Amino acid sequence: MTDASPSLEIHPDLARRLLTDFLRTEIERAGFSRAVVGVSGGVDSALACFLAAEALGPKNVLAVRLPFAESSADSLEDAAEVIRRTGVASHTFDITPMAAPLLETIPAKDRVRRGNVLARLRMIVLYDQSAAFGGLVVGTGNKTEALLGYTTLYGDSACALNPIGDLYKTQVRQLAAAMGVPERILRKAPSADLWPGQTDEGELGMTYDEVDRLLVRLIDDRQTPQACIEAGFAPSLVRRTVERIRKNQYKRLPPIIAKVSSRTPGTDFLYPRDWDT
Amino acid sequence: MRAFTLALAQIQTTLGGTDANLETHLEVIARARRDGADLVVFPELSLTGYMLQDAAEDVALVPSGEDPVFRRLLRASRSVDCVVGFVERDRRQQKYIAAAYLSRGETVHIHRKAYLPTYGLFQDGRFFSPGGEIRAFDTRFGRFGLLVCEDFWHVSSPYLLWLDGAELLLLTSASPGRGLDGEGRLETARTVERIAQTYASLFTVFVAQTNRIGFEDGLCYWGGAGVVGPDGRWIAQGPDFEESIVLAEIDPDSIRRARLRLPLLRDERPELVARTLDRIMKQVPR
Repeated sequence: MTDASPSLEIHPDLARRLLTDFLRTEIERAGFSRAVVGVSGGVDSALACFLAAEALGPKNVLAVRLPFAESSADSLEDAAEVIRRTGVASHTFDITPMAAPLLETIPAKDRVRRGNVLARLRMIVLYDQSAAFGGLVVGTGNKTEALLGYTTLYGDSACALNPIGDLYKTQVRQLAAAMGVPERILRKAPSADLWPGQTDEGELGMTYDEVDRLLVRLIDDRQTPQACIEAGFAPSLVRRTVERIRKNQYKRLPPIIAKVSSRTPGTDFLYPRDWDT
Repeated sequence: MRAFTLALAQIQTTLGGTDANLETHLEVIARARRDGADLVVFPELSLTGYMLQDAAEDVALVPSGEDPVFRRLLRASRSVDCVVGFVERDRRQQKYIAAAYLSRGETVHIHRKAYLPTYGLFQDGRFFSPGGEIRAFDTRFGRFGLLVCEDFWHVSSPYLLWLDGAELLLLTSASPGRGLDGEGRLETARTVERIAQTYASLFTVFVAQTNRIGFEDGLCYWGGAGVVGPDGRWIAQGPDFEESIVLAEIDPDSIRRARLRLPLLRDERPELVARTLDRIMKQVPR
């Protein structure tokens, strides 16, 4: 019997070429030549920043650091290293005073609500910087997060275009390593950094290495959940993953519109985004 | 068939912008002519872009000298033959993904895409009608066949053109690249390359594959235009992801030599195929 395990390996040079071409072409099609990236110090935004800098030239990319009082100091320093290595322009906005009045109304124990506020405040600053700098907001979410719904709607998922949204986390790491993202960023535990000590894998209750191997079977290779269990994945992991994918579908699509007319945007008024460009 | 110089134009297109695309066509035709080309082949929907959706209605045209876009292309074809991709509207308001062979100011042949992919990322069947004919046609260089993208994923299409006498298969596509893996080319690029080589080898014909480049709503078109000779070897191959005019010298004698070595056409038994198809069509409910 042949091995039924699909590979997560990507060819780094091809991926790099394709994704930088994507950024340059699609940004130009939209009538822009510049980009804005929120750089957190994590590997996803580091890769997005490296790709944007290579695609558009560092002068045309604005990296925005958006620390909060409780953010880890390492994150800020790692983001600074990304900015230094890529040579992009940068701004730093402390979102603590913006967040404070709203956070006062949210109980300290409700970490998810508080985290969502921070993610959405960062979106507000990024979109304001988009207007100020004249650049499109480049997304930094990966395919693993999108499928698991590990993202804040209208927060970190908000962007004009996303070069890494079809790469699993482990593929992001491969490409980031090939492009020279600092070792320290590659090695550290992925974290949304919304509260001290938070890690993605701790919160999700699964490791990226394992869930990516499962997702590539379920999504790309269209294997059944049962086949994945038979291939050795823990039944509880398979069940939780399938459930997360289904429950979070709403995060991956635009809002539902009540259809009452004969022609409705998104339903049967169908024009591509790149229409007439 | 006689010797000539073939040019394959892997270009980027404006989505729904026929006027801008027409200018690109005229520039490429002029450049190819300067390079000595006798025939320039453009990719699928080269005058409109691919993922049109409802914009298909806005760009559909009737291919005649009365259409301002076609008039200029027909004029350009006085010096160099060309194959262009467009949305054709017929008298009954049906729309087709079409490719036209233009030569010396005349439309020699129009092929309407017969197989409309409507699966995965594809939506062709939602917006277009399928063509109903696969037919080889005579040009001033020889007898050719013209297929659009999904058409050549159905092996019967090149088979029919082969039996109909085509010695050069012109395959045009706007193929969105998929399958980023550990290899240095996308999986779709590798597959199309294999298909072109397989058809050239099995039908002992020239196969010229023209695919566009660029991005549309995140879909990437990889280019990789090229020509395979009747021995299954590449005569010319364009780069991936870059705008390019790929030139190839077509030597008709290579068909004679290939068919001496491999007399597949001589030994082919279309009557056996027809008889078997007839039996299958009667037996299998479809």
